[in-house]
Amino acid sequence: MENRARRPLAAVAGALALALALAACGSSGDGGGSASKNESGRGPITYVQGKDNTGDVKNIIAKWNALHPDQKVTLKEQSDQADQQHDDLVQHFKAQDPSYDVVSVDVVWTPEFAAQGWVQPLAGKFAIDTAPLLKVAVDAATYQGKLYAAPMTSDGGMLYYRKDLVPKPPSTWSELLADCKIAQAHHMGCYAGQFAKYEGLTVNASEAINAAGGEIVKTDGKTADVDTPQAVKGLSFLADAYKNGDIPKEAITYQEEQGRQAFEAGKLLFLRNWSYVYNLAGTDGSSVVKSKFAVAPEPGPNGIGASTLGGHSLGMSVYSKHKATALDFMKFYESSDIQHELLIKESNAPVLKSLYTDPALLANPKLGYLKTLGESLASAKSRPVTPFYPGVTAAIEENAYAAIKGSKSVSQALKDMQAAINSATSG
Amino acid sequence: MTVITDRPAAEPAESKRRLTRRRRRITHEGRAALLLISPTLLLLALVIAYPVVTALITSFRKDQSLQNGFFTRGGGFAGSSNYIHWLLQRCGTAACAPGTLGSEFWDAVTVTVLFTVITVALEMFLGTLMALVMQRSFKGRSLLRASVLVPWAIPTAVTAKLWYFMFAYDGIVNRLLGTHILWTDGQWASRFAVIVGDVWKTTPFVALLVLAGLQIIPTELYEAARVDGASAWQRFRYVTAPLVRPALLVATLFRILDVLRIYDLPAILTHGGGGTGHATTTLSILVIAQLEQGYGGASALSTITFLFIFAVAFLMVKLFNASVIRTQQSAVK
Repeated sequence: MENRARRPLAAVAGALALALALAACGSSGDGGGSASKNESGRGPITYVQGKDNTGDVKNIIAKWNALHPDQKVTLKEQSDQADQQHDDLVQHFKAQDPSYDVVSVDVVWTPEFAAQGWVQPLAGKFAIDTAPLLKVAVDAATYQGKLYAAPMTSDGGMLYYRKDLVPKPPSTWSELLADCKIAQAHHMGCYAGQFAKYEGLTVNASEAINAAGGEIVKTDGKTADVDTPQAVKGLSFLADAYKNGDIPKEAITYQEEQGRQAFEAGKLLFLRNWSYVYNLAGTDGSSVVKSKFAVAPEPGPNGIGASTLGGHSLGMSVYSKHKATALDFMKFYESSDIQHELLIKESNAPVLKSLYTDPALLANPKLGYLKTLGESLASAKSRPVTPFYPGVTAAIEENAYAAIKGSKSVSQALKDMQAAINSATSG
Repeated sequence: MTVITDRPAAEPAESKRRLTRRRRRITHEGRAALLLISPTLLLLALVIAYPVVTALITSFRKDQSLQNGFFTRGGGFAGSSNYIHWLLQRCGTAACAPGTLGSEFWDAVTVTVLFTVITVALEMFLGTLMALVMQRSFKGRSLLRASVLVPWAIPTAVTAKLWYFMFAYDGIVNRLLGTHILWTDGQWASRFAVIVGDVWKTTPFVALLVLAGLQIIPTELYEAARVDGASAWQRFRYVTAPLVRPALLVATLFRILDVLRIYDLPAILTHGGGGTGHATTTLSILVIAQLEQGYGGASALSTITFLFIFAVAFLMVKLFNASVIRTQQSAVK
């Protein structure tokens, strides 16, 4: 009898263990000064990034290893989910793990890692030449006036449109909305981007706000600046278009892939998405728009809009034992040969300015988006550069989502966004 | 045991002697028992006490703050500020603005309780029905039992993705109903989707527990009832129901504790979003989101969640413990 009655207690214990396992991650401090250690160390290193789906990264590393048999690079692949990659890096940095030498850092993580003192500042003997690189990518890797990561790949949003239906791509928001009657005539949705409540919405909302001349966070990376008429104008474009159906109702659940599938199924006239869609929409078996689409820079209120920068940089762990080798490998990865290869084989947007004007590349039909991408990146803006990025992006997502759905007025949403960002960055 | 030794000396000698004998037996058995369970206790201390204590300590520490652009090492003592942050929804000196996690706390509590009440009620009802059907002997019974268990065997993450596709805008649910509902987005639609997914997945578990309870009921009892002329309803009301009650209570407790910490289903099915943007955000989803923004706050929140679940479990055990025993004793009589 007693035993039976106690059984629920075991269940309680089990549930508690689960609830508490979450909290078990303690914190440990860095002794400091790791940035000045092992500066001339040479030897084998490990490069950490997400899944290498096509095997090209392995090829690049094989090339390096053939040239440097005594300083071999080993690839460590992480999950293909961005937040899991982030958590994996944080865990290893917190453990001061010297076995993560060079790591691939999403552009929005750089300030956090820099402020934690986990990535080597690329100054002095670690300086790299940033002159040939896209300025916006360099800015995104810069924190407190110092470069903390070497830009590796870039990305920008573009407007995919149906060239069989739209004679001339719209260059302003009003032109785009005027073209929506073409969509109505063909019983299809007009415009979509990434409006589900996740990181993609931060990208889309900041593009709208930036294009209208607003900004989200001041250059200090702490003070919010979204309670402005410009920001109202930008966010209103999305909110109004959703209200009157120019953005189809279901687009509020779209991430990158759902939007791509809708576009490929011929259900959308215009789609804001990244460059990876170009090849897929042209080759996918299920795509009904294979030769019927083209890309243009994203429109804004009075001409080309402001794309939000995506991409990754290479960061060097301050706990690396072979920093000289790590630096050489980072420079190798940024060389024009490798950037060229990444562009052709992986369709990764390069960070080298020169590749966007290379006639041979521009003539390559697989890279039909390259010219447009170059134009788009020329006016691109980075997302808020702040070590409190998770809190800032949560504040943007929640309030932009409420404004687009119409559950809150645009100006109220921006007031709340302002307050929520300031509260997130005050820690 | 201390209660026993404190008995007044005025007790009759006979009962006193019995007591001492019993006490000696208890201490002797107790020592042996202690020896036998000590490895388990040690293990429990490691896997439960350590995290609990660490979380408690962390929950009273400040999160790192920026100084000249760089994070300070270690946050220092925070007092009860992390708890005040959640319970009173204070961010600094002001109320938490919409879009901060602090502003979502009470909503998350409501959502968690809502999910718990609705899904557990549905699961107990449907699970009992399923168990009663599976209990009968008919051709193909083992096939039915096996197939009923399939949803329970599928990992929750897969279940969530499965329902995600079915509830998609172009998904089969909208096609069958001829509707255009955004199931993973609307405030009540998304909650409905989560409830459907959870009930679909865990009803078999309840059914299994209840079925186990049903099977220990001796068939003689039914025969006796039949001889006494009890109708089917009376047999259910006076034989099945009271005897299956302990199993039902255990199943209810299991399910309540399970749903109170639900994470994966709403996280994958609706991203914790819907309606207000957090219409399906449960306490566990909030803890995971907060982990990105600071361990002090996350520890406080997980401690609150822990105490909440503990209180519910304690209440459940206290309320139903006696009756669990009583029904079993009456079964023995």
